[in-house]
Amino acid sequence: MAELQFREAIRAAIDEEMSQDENIFVMGEEVAEYDGAYKVTKGLLDKYGSKRMIDTPISELGFAGIGIGAAMNGLRPIVEFMTFNFAVLAADQIINHASKARYMTGGQVEIPIVFRGPNASAGQLSATHSVSYDSMYAHFPGLKVIYTSEPADAKGLLKSAIRDDNPVLFMESEQMYGLKGEVPEEDDFTIPIGKAKVKREGSDVTVVAHGKMYHVATQAAEKLAKEDVDVEIVDPRTVKPLDMETIVKSIRKTNRCVIVDEAHPFGGFAAEVGYLIQREAFDYLDAPVQRVTLPDTNAPFAKNLFDEWLPSPDQVIDAVNTVTYRK
Amino acid sequence: MAVKVEMPKLSDTMEEGVIASWNVEEGDTVESGDVIAEVETDKATMEVEVFDAGTILKILVDEGDAVPLGGLIAVIGEEGEDISDILEEAESESGSKESSDEEKQEVAKEADEEEESFDPVFGDLDEKGNGQPDDGRIKASPLARNMAEEQGINLANVEGSGPNGRIIKRDIESYEPSKAPAAAPAATVSREDKEHRVSQMRKTIARRLSESKFSSPHYYETIDIDMSAVWDARKQLNEISDTKISFNDIVVKACATALRQHPDINSSWQGDKIIEHGDVNVAVAVGIDEGLVTPVIDNTDQKGLQQIAVESKELIEKAQNRDLQPEQMEGSTFTVSNLGMFGIEEFTAIINPPNACILAVGAIREEPVVEDGEVVPGKRMKVTLSSDHRIVDGVSAAKFLDTLKRMLENPLGMVL
Repeated sequence: MAELQFREAIRAAIDEEMSQDENIFVMGEEVAEYDGAYKVTKGLLDKYGSKRMIDTPISELGFAGIGIGAAMNGLRPIVEFMTFNFAVLAADQIINHASKARYMTGGQVEIPIVFRGPNASAGQLSATHSVSYDSMYAHFPGLKVIYTSEPADAKGLLKSAIRDDNPVLFMESEQMYGLKGEVPEEDDFTIPIGKAKVKREGSDVTVVAHGKMYHVATQAAEKLAKEDVDVEIVDPRTVKPLDMETIVKSIRKTNRCVIVDEAHPFGGFAAEVGYLIQREAFDYLDAPVQRVTLPDTNAPFAKNLFDEWLPSPDQVIDAVNTVTYRK
Repeated sequence: MAVKVEMPKLSDTMEEGVIASWNVEEGDTVESGDVIAEVETDKATMEVEVFDAGTILKILVDEGDAVPLGGLIAVIGEEGEDISDILEEAESESGSKESSDEEKQEVAKEADEEEESFDPVFGDLDEKGNGQPDDGRIKASPLARNMAEEQGINLANVEGSGPNGRIIKRDIESYEPSKAPAAAPAATVSREDKEHRVSQMRKTIARRLSESKFSSPHYYETIDIDMSAVWDARKQLNEISDTKISFNDIVVKACATALRQHPDINSSWQGDKIIEHGDVNVAVAVGIDEGLVTPVIDNTDQKGLQQIAVESKELIEKAQNRDLQPEQMEGSTFTVSNLGMFGIEEFTAIINPPNACILAVGAIREEPVVEDGEVVPGKRMKVTLSSDHRIVDGVSAAKFLDTLKRMLENPLGMVL
C-alpha cells in the first residue's frame, strides 16, 4: 500500500497498463508536453514518447472520433477531456458511434476505449462548467460509466476500464485530484466494474452516494453520528452497470434510504435508483425514499447561491431526518 | 351476419348465470352444436351450445361473472366483420360499465391534482405530506405492514407516529397489546373477516326457502315409529337385492304409498286453487359441499324398492358431482329429508315449494321399550312432518302419519 493522491492513483493505473500493453496510448488537450492540465499524466511523455502520449488541438469532436477509429482498428486509446463539460462537443461521437458501433455491426467491431476526465462542478465556474454528466451517459445502452470517490477505487476501476473491450466513461473531479488515500501497489490490482461497496456500516439509514457526493455523505454521517443516528453509506462506484444488489441488501437492514447525486433531478441517477428501490425493496421500506440532488436549475456563479445549489451535508442531514421520522 | 350469443335459460327458476369457464377464445371457429362455455345456474353447471357456425368475434364476460338471462355473452360471425353496432347496443344496455369508466376518470383527475403539489426542483412541496386529506385508511409503511402481519398485530390498534398518522417501524416495535384501544386479551389474535361470494345455489336456497318459510304457515307433527320390522325386512331384502337398499329408500317407498292414500298431502297451493297432483313424485334432500339439492324420483309409488334404491343412489352421486340436470330436480310433490345418519333424533324441515309437506327423518334409536307390560329392546325412529296449513290441516297430517307408521311397522303392507 502507498498513500497516493487521486491524480497519482490515476497516473499509476495508466502507467501500469501502458507498460504492459503497447496498444494503449493517451490523447487529449495538454496531456503530453504540459504533463496534463491537472498533472495526472506527469512524466508519461518522457517514459512512453510522443507516439503514445499525444497532444491534440482544442477539438473534442475530432479527437474523440480519432480515438474511436483507433479503437475499432485494434488500439486501446485513453482519451482525456479537460472536463466532461467540454466533452459535450464530442457527444455525437460517444453517443452515436462509440455506444452503437458494436451493436450495429453485429459484434464485428469492438471499441476498447476509455474517455476520462473531471466531471461536474469545481467551485465557482458558472453554468457551462458545472454539470455532472454521469447520469446522462448512463442513459445510453452500450456505455459503461464510472465515477469514483477515492484514490484506490480510481486505480482499480481505471485499470478494469482500460482492459474492458467496450467504451467506458471514467469520471473524476478537479476538487478531488489532491485527495490522498491508501492505494494497493500490485500490478494486478483491479476492482471489477459494476461492484458497489459498503464504505460505512450503519443500521438506521442507507445513504447511496458516489463520486464527490460520497464525501458530502461522509460529512453528514459524521455529524449524524453525534446525534446517535447510525448511517450506512453505499458507494456504487460504477453508475452503469449498477450494483442494485448491494444497495437493496443494505436497505433490507436499515429500511430507509437517501440518495445523494450530483446531477439534476429529472431522469437522473437518483430517480433511477429510487425507482429500483421501490421495485426491489418495497416491503422493506419504512419511509418513502428521499434524494438530495442539484436543483432543476443551472449553476449560479455567486458564491452564496452556489453553496445553496450544490448538495451539502446539511441537505443530506435533512433528508435523513425525514426518512427516520426524526423531524 | 353476426349472431349474438345470449345467456340462455337453463332452468325454469334461473334468473342469471355465472360463466364457470369458457371453452373457446376470441378468434376460434365453432360449429353448430359446439359447447362454448359452462354456466353455473341456480341448480347445476350447464353447457352452453351455439346454434350457428362461425368465428368467435368477441367474448364479453369474464369467467366468474354473473350475467342476467338474455344478457350478451359473446358474438359469432365472419372473421373481420364489423360488430361495433352490437357491442354499442350491449354497452348502452349495461350501465355498470359506464360508471366504471367514470371512476377511472375520477382517478385520473385525482392524479392530476396530486401532481400540482409536485415541484421538479424541490419534489413534494409538502414533503411531510400534511396536506393530504384524512381518508380514514390505515396508513402504514410497507415494512410496518409486514412486521404487523408477522407478529399478528392488528394495525387498527396501533397508533402511527409518522406523518398523517402513518404507522412506521418504531410504532410496531413499541406496540404493547395491553395498551390497544380495543383492550383485547394479550393472547388473542384478531383475524380478518373473510368475504365469500354467494354462489348461485346459495342464492337459490336463500330465496326459495325464505319464500317458503315466510309465506306458508308451517306447523309440525312428530310421530315415533317402531322400526324393528323394517330392520329385519331390510336385512332379508338386501340378501336378494342387487343394490343395497337403505332405510331411507324404505321410508321414501312408504311415503309414496301413503301419499297415494292421502292425496290432500300430495298437493300444491296456487293462490286461488289447490292442485292435487296425479303423480306421486318424492324428492330426496341431498346435502352437498355448496348447499343442498332435492333430486326427484318420479312416480315413486309405482316403483319397487330395488328401483328406488338404484335411482336414489344415482341421483345422490350426481348431486355430489353437481351433474344433476335441471329436469331431475323438477316436479316433486313431496320431499323427504333424512339426518338420521348424523344421529339427529328429530328435527323440523322447511317445506320445499311447491310441496305441501316435508318429512324430517331422525335416527333409528336402539332403546328399551315396553311391550305388553314388559321391557324389551326396541328400535325406534321419530319423523316430523312439516305441513303448509293453507292446504293441510292438523288432522289430515296426523292421518297421513298414522298410515306411514303402520306401513313401516308392517312393511309387508307396502307390497300389497
